[in-house]
Amino acid sequence: MKLRLPRLLLAFISIFVVFGCSQESPDAGVVLQRGLPADPESLDHHKARSTQAADVLRDIGEGLVAYSATGELVPAAAERWEISADRLSYTFYLRPDARWSNGEAVTAAHFVSGLRRLVSPATAAFYANLLQAVVNASDIVAGDKPPESLGVEVVDDLTLKVRLERPTPYILSLFSHPGTFPLHPGSFVEHGDGFARPGNLVSNGAFVLDAWVPGSIIALRRNEQYWNNENTALDGVNYHVIVQDVAELNRYRAGELHVTSTVPPDNFAELKVHFGSELRIAPYLGLYYYGFNLTRPPFKDKPGLRQALSMAIDRDMLAENIIGRGEAPAYSWVHPGVNNYKPTVLSFTALTQDERNKSARRLYKEAGYSEENPLRFELRYNTSDTNKKIAVAIQSMWNEVLGAEATLVNEEFQVLLANMRDAEITQVFRSSWIGDYDDAHTFLSVLQAGSETNMPRYASDEYELQMRRAAEQPDLDRRRLYLEEAERVMLADHPVIPLYFYVSKHLVSPEVRGWGDNVLDYHYSQHLSLGATE
Amino acid sequence: MRVGKNHAVSVSGSILLLVAALAVVGPWISPHDYVTTDFDRLMLPPSADGAHLFGTDDLGRDLFVRTMLGIRVTLLVAVVASLVSLVIGVAYGAIAGFVGGRIDAAMMRFVDTLYALPFIFFVILLMVAFERNFLLIFVAIGAVNWLDMARIVRGQTLSLREREFVEAARLTGVSTGRIILRHIAPNLMGIVIVYVTLTIPQAILVESFLSFLGLGVQEPQTSLGALVDTGVNQMEGAAWALLIPAGLLAAILMCFNFLGDGLRDVFDARQVE
Amino acid sequence: MLRYTLLRVLGAIPTLLLVIALAFLMVHAAPGGPFDDERALPPDVEANIQRAYHLDEPLPKQFVRYLGGLLRGDLGPSYRYRDYTVSELISTAFPLSMRLGALAMALAIVAGVTAGTIAALRQDSYVDRCIMALSMTGISVPVFVFAPVFVLLFAVKLQWLPAGWSSTSGVSRFVLPVITLALPQIAYIARLTRASMIDVLGSDFVRTARAQGLGTLTVVRLHALRPAMLPVLSYMGPAIAAILTGSVVVEEIFGIPGLGQFFVRGALNRDYTLVLGIVVFYATLIVSLNLIVDVLYGVIDPRVRYR
Repeated sequence: MKLRLPRLLLAFISIFVVFGCSQESPDAGVVLQRGLPADPESLDHHKARSTQAADVLRDIGEGLVAYSATGELVPAAAERWEISADRLSYTFYLRPDARWSNGEAVTAAHFVSGLRRLVSPATAAFYANLLQAVVNASDIVAGDKPPESLGVEVVDDLTLKVRLERPTPYILSLFSHPGTFPLHPGSFVEHGDGFARPGNLVSNGAFVLDAWVPGSIIALRRNEQYWNNENTALDGVNYHVIVQDVAELNRYRAGELHVTSTVPPDNFAELKVHFGSELRIAPYLGLYYYGFNLTRPPFKDKPGLRQALSMAIDRDMLAENIIGRGEAPAYSWVHPGVNNYKPTVLSFTALTQDERNKSARRLYKEAGYSEENPLRFELRYNTSDTNKKIAVAIQSMWNEVLGAEATLVNEEFQVLLANMRDAEITQVFRSSWIGDYDDAHTFLSVLQAGSETNMPRYASDEYELQMRRAAEQPDLDRRRLYLEEAERVMLADHPVIPLYFYVSKHLVSPEVRGWGDNVLDYHYSQHLSLGATE
Repeated sequence: MRVGKNHAVSVSGSILLLVAALAVVGPWISPHDYVTTDFDRLMLPPSADGAHLFGTDDLGRDLFVRTMLGIRVTLLVAVVASLVSLVIGVAYGAIAGFVGGRIDAAMMRFVDTLYALPFIFFVILLMVAFERNFLLIFVAIGAVNWLDMARIVRGQTLSLREREFVEAARLTGVSTGRIILRHIAPNLMGIVIVYVTLTIPQAILVESFLSFLGLGVQEPQTSLGALVDTGVNQMEGAAWALLIPAGLLAAILMCFNFLGDGLRDVFDARQVE
Repeated sequence: MLRYTLLRVLGAIPTLLLVIALAFLMVHAAPGGPFDDERALPPDVEANIQRAYHLDEPLPKQFVRYLGGLLRGDLGPSYRYRDYTVSELISTAFPLSMRLGALAMALAIVAGVTAGTIAALRQDSYVDRCIMALSMTGISVPVFVFAPVFVLLFAVKLQWLPAGWSSTSGVSRFVLPVITLALPQIAYIARLTRASMIDVLGSDFVRTARAQGLGTLTVVRLHALRPAMLPVLSYMGPAIAAILTGSVVVEEIFGIPGLGQFFVRGALNRDYTLVLGIVVFYATLIVSLNLIVDVLYGVIDPRVRYR
């Protein structure tokens, strides 16, 4: 009986071997191979959330506006637009030649149904609040008003009007966000929530979805119906889902990728030498920071102590030696590359690190701590090599300069998020913020009272006042002054320690043409082409 | 034949003792500790002048001391995990084997059922669900490994039960618990020791697997598995950061395997005699 | 007979229930939820999402809802892959993991038995020592070291084979993952085979066969191989478990969309339904396989039923 088993096993195995051999796919023309750090949550543009989902969606779909390779806002599905004098009403004129991938015209009604679905509670969209400046949007998300009451209306087939509750200078850029893309009503009626699956999805971008193998690959091919198809150089784009940065690097080196989504932190100096101009480093609209829990001791009501910890960190050393990938040390909360804004900097920015250390020690003493009675606290960060490196470095800086004893607590991301949200056991924690749009508001609103992103639980009447004034101010220059004042007020309270501003990091093969660096790190595939290396 | 195997036992045993002793003593002799960072000396290769015997890592920490710490943690995790599986496995197997009958059948059916579960998935879930600490790693790994132990001990107990001295004890009215404790357990020692020796390398591998997934011991603590995992990512620029811990890990695993095999041969030989 | 089968099926149900309950509790005990992110959701939006996935209900109610779904064969929607159901994800991932595992197992048996037999035939020779040293290395180096080294060597430097799964749809993408996965098992099986082959070769019936003038290969093939394979056979259970563990690593490193990768990602992302689904799927699979084997044994050997 027992010896029958090998034969059985062999039979099984041969079956699998046979199934293992699948056919090669036919030649698909010029196909760009890109790395993607994780699967999108969804290719339903209302259910997507992550930056990698948005990357893919910007290739498949098209909003009213879009970004050029170098990061300028340009007309897309809308040819042009008008803004009313009070800045509360935007009229978009759609391109008459805009087409869905099945050949139907893209109309204003499609945008309206897309936007209504975005805010409708039944959709449960992550970015439902994206357009909260639009009339009634917040009430609809809260379930208090029907989606039909949203302040967007069809003027005629090619004209769309959006009404705002308050002047919002950055609203135009939001219409490049995948959440605001139009919805193809026919396929939505036919397939319901499954409209975005491969085979069902009708889209209006430069590419259409060909296949998606979760955990492996998303294949796009040229959308022949796209209004600007003649300027699309690529016949297809393959997004390879590669979670590990080292694996991605290896695949780039093996010639399997043209563009990587990131570059591993290890051996960066060597990579730089080895890859030269293939390594593209550019400022990126993101901030890496440590936050204090302001609701509990030892940091509650202790701005001096918080300042001491902030001053004792040698940010230049951190950015250059510890991370060393071109990151800029952060002395402000708002990214310096933000449009129409001049960030206020921390009060001690002009001092040398030695002078900072000296004042830090003084503040530390004033807060009642000393060598005999050192400050002991926990620093929480989520598991990652870079976070670990930074935490260890800062832990030792605090110890050397102040004698403060930070215990490192390394938590899985979801655990850290839960702890930050509860604000009970956290003391100092790692966090970051990536700007959603090119405006100081995307950073400053993070720390507003009542905002769920306000992890330190910062609360300042003065800050709220300046933010409110800015929100009500239609004049852009005056609005900017209020925002700058808000940042100054906040920085003086030290609820957070800004550490460095992110950079985007890609390896881009010399074959790739049309690549542009930009602060948003958007790289539409339709701008790219492949050519022979010189 | 027997002498040769004994040779393997003594050689691998001594190497293990040596490594363990070094791991305990090493950090004392070294001027460095395992947490202090030195940003002027990042990723230094090993230097013979004694400054950094194994080089430094990407934070300028001394890799010799960290490697020694890694050995300690790895051995500790493995030994304690094996002890956990030993205690559960021996108790379970001995009871099932000695009591026999329906209870035995039911208990073994339960073991079969547990065998069926994707245990590694449960370990991952355990590590995710609860805050990670040493204890949990022990328990998780031990919980995976006790099943084999229970089976082997049960088989051994079944045969012991029929032996005259157990029969005699039973006839003179000694209680079941006492028989297991006094007569069965001591006679299981041989096979149990062999089996624990063979379980340790498995526990070490599970620990390194968890480290690979980022679910192992926490910084600034480290284990050989964690060091190897970090080293793998740097193998081109800093080969020493991979080769040293990987070599030590392999050596330790080999020694335990040789030791286990050798002990089994010795034990088998004794049984035959 | 029917009664026996029925009893065994009924007996499997509490086991499965226990597993499901345990896994359910564990995923929900894990801190954080599937929709937590650095970019925290506004309360209204979060409430809408929680409601859409019934996460606002009390846990017991969610459990009953989940069991209800299971009874209808519905493993629920994935929280992380909002366009897919768990059943869809498993039905594409499992055949792949299975194929990978089976190929690795086949390779391990063929290569392991061959190497072990050669070593046994040339006991204590240079070849034997080499094979044994290599197999010791195979057992003693973790899979996650081999995999990147192979990628570096065969994909990056030599460019013979793809470094990643999705880069080709050809057979070549199986090569590195299967070899990596099989390596420790080859080593283990080689050692087992060598040991038992040495025993068998020393036994009387093999000596008799040899004395009759049969060639070494013929003797091995006709007489020695079967008995020598017995320990290898009993190792199959642990080997399958080891390959399951190894496949998590291999899938992760080569980017293979198999169950292991989905499980690890699911656990880290708190994709409750996906994690549960995979546990339930595996448990059901193994429990029913055991069941079938038991029942078949019962058919063949009626005595088993009374044990």
